[in-house]
Amino acid sequence: MIKQEKMAIVSQIEIAKNIFELTVSGSLVQEMNEPGQFVHVRVADSFEPLLRRPISVAKIDKEASSFTMIYRSEGRGTSLLSQKTERDTLDVLGPLGHGFPVDEAGKKAYLIGGGIGVPPLYELALQLNARGVETVHILGFESSEAVFYEDKFRALGDTHIATVDGSHGTEGFVTHILNGLPNDFDTYYSCGPTPMLEAVQWAYPEKKGFLSYEQRMGCGIGACFACVCRTTRSETDYIKVCSDGPVFPAGVVIS
Amino acid sequence: MTDLSVKLPGLDLKNPIMPASGCFGFGKEYAQLYDLSKLGSIMIKATTAEMRLGNPTPRVAETSSGMLNAIGLQNPGLEKVFGEELPWLDQFDVPIIANVAGSLAEDYVEVARTISKAPNVHALELNISCPNVKQGGITFGTDPNVAKELTRMVKDVSDVPVYVKLSPNVTDVVQLAKAVEDGGADGITMINTLLGMRLDPKTGRPVIANITGGLSGPAIKPIALRMVYEVRRHTKLPIIGMGGVAEVDDVIDFLSAGANAVAVGTANFVNPFVCPELIDKLPERLHELGYESVQELTGRSHRL
Repeated sequence: MIKQEKMAIVSQIEIAKNIFELTVSGSLVQEMNEPGQFVHVRVADSFEPLLRRPISVAKIDKEASSFTMIYRSEGRGTSLLSQKTERDTLDVLGPLGHGFPVDEAGKKAYLIGGGIGVPPLYELALQLNARGVETVHILGFESSEAVFYEDKFRALGDTHIATVDGSHGTEGFVTHILNGLPNDFDTYYSCGPTPMLEAVQWAYPEKKGFLSYEQRMGCGIGACFACVCRTTRSETDYIKVCSDGPVFPAGVVIS
Repeated sequence: MTDLSVKLPGLDLKNPIMPASGCFGFGKEYAQLYDLSKLGSIMIKATTAEMRLGNPTPRVAETSSGMLNAIGLQNPGLEKVFGEELPWLDQFDVPIIANVAGSLAEDYVEVARTISKAPNVHALELNISCPNVKQGGITFGTDPNVAKELTRMVKDVSDVPVYVKLSPNVTDVVQLAKAVEDGGADGITMINTLLGMRLDPKTGRPVIANITGGLSGPAIKPIALRMVYEVRRHTKLPIIGMGGVAEVDDVIDFLSAGANAVAVGTANFVNPFVCPELIDKLPERLHELGYESVQELTGRSHRL
């Protein structure tokens, strides 16, 4: 069930260059189940900036009634968000959308993430490992300064890092790493920039895959029709990324 | 006990607050959050004769205290709205205002004739002000003679009162208001969005795929308020005012300027509970100002 709550800020830490890890607590956490869902966050009490910001959920801790978001501070909204401290509260709407189906993983899954698409794969990796699924993580970043959660992923399974400038791990994109890995997995899950999602789909046309899409949103709950994409199902079929997604099976969304 | 009720042609409203068309879909999403029966009315998303898939994305962009949108009237078409969306909404005790759109006058007439027969549709809102479609929409809402003629044609076939939604993208909104009054309109809803654009400073490219979009949100409230005030001075037709309403004093302002009821648009995206919250806050605010009913306050700025 979707709730709106003024949540307490537990911690906010800059874990990489302009990348912030923000943990908040409140009863809304009890509604969270699927990895890959997101929340819609209001960064100011005023109407400037006006709209909420969609941010993915990186970790759910039901016992502590807290969850963690990881976001990049780049625009006006996220830069305001990054200035919030433990003394502030945060207006959160969520959980929103449909996440990654964990029961479709099979025995071995590839988790492929790019940049700020990496965070939701962390909660996914935790849940898959808890179910006994072997996870391999292929994560791409701009440069060594932007890399985060490498050790946390490594603790859960084989982890490969690519950076565009080659300052850490393999030089290039996640696809360069994928080319050298065996095809012995059952399912892939991916989140990142649209060109990366396209490349991943191309790389594994025969595999079962689930992709998390990004699109400019208005309401975040499916009412405003801002984040609509056409699909391969028919000429007139469409999906709303916010409420039908953001996760869809590979081969469905025309992005 | 403060009286929030408002009686308008076709509409017996519990309170003067309703979500604006295009900001509330057909109610399903918000029904997950609260009981829609609480609302004065619901202005449902624009309905066209055939289904529409809308404009390419990006369709929205944030601006200073506002947002631009160019959705492009995406909707499932008359048959589905009449056969599925409206019957679903019938479970709530709330009168529906059906927003009617089209490319040609005949499209408006066809949709109006059918949709006005739905038992829970108590009024139509004629959309002659959408700025984001190439044909229809605003092209009917900027020429007084065209607007008047279309209003007349729709009035002829509608089973329920017809409100006309005016565009602010005109030199003289009063002229348009009078034209639709001459055409037989039962009321006016105003304002639709203002045409605007946003560029990406790095590339110079428009952020919205449609290049231009309709500006909404708190940024446009002063314009909307001025237009409601002007139109109120020149017509006795009921006005449902909107444009940047987000807080209870915005409601007070629009009522004061002469609106009989108030619609809330973009604020639903910022705070999905904004409509019920405004309804809850309104009695106390009216009382503080020394009024015991919405009706008493309506138009007070003209009586000073």
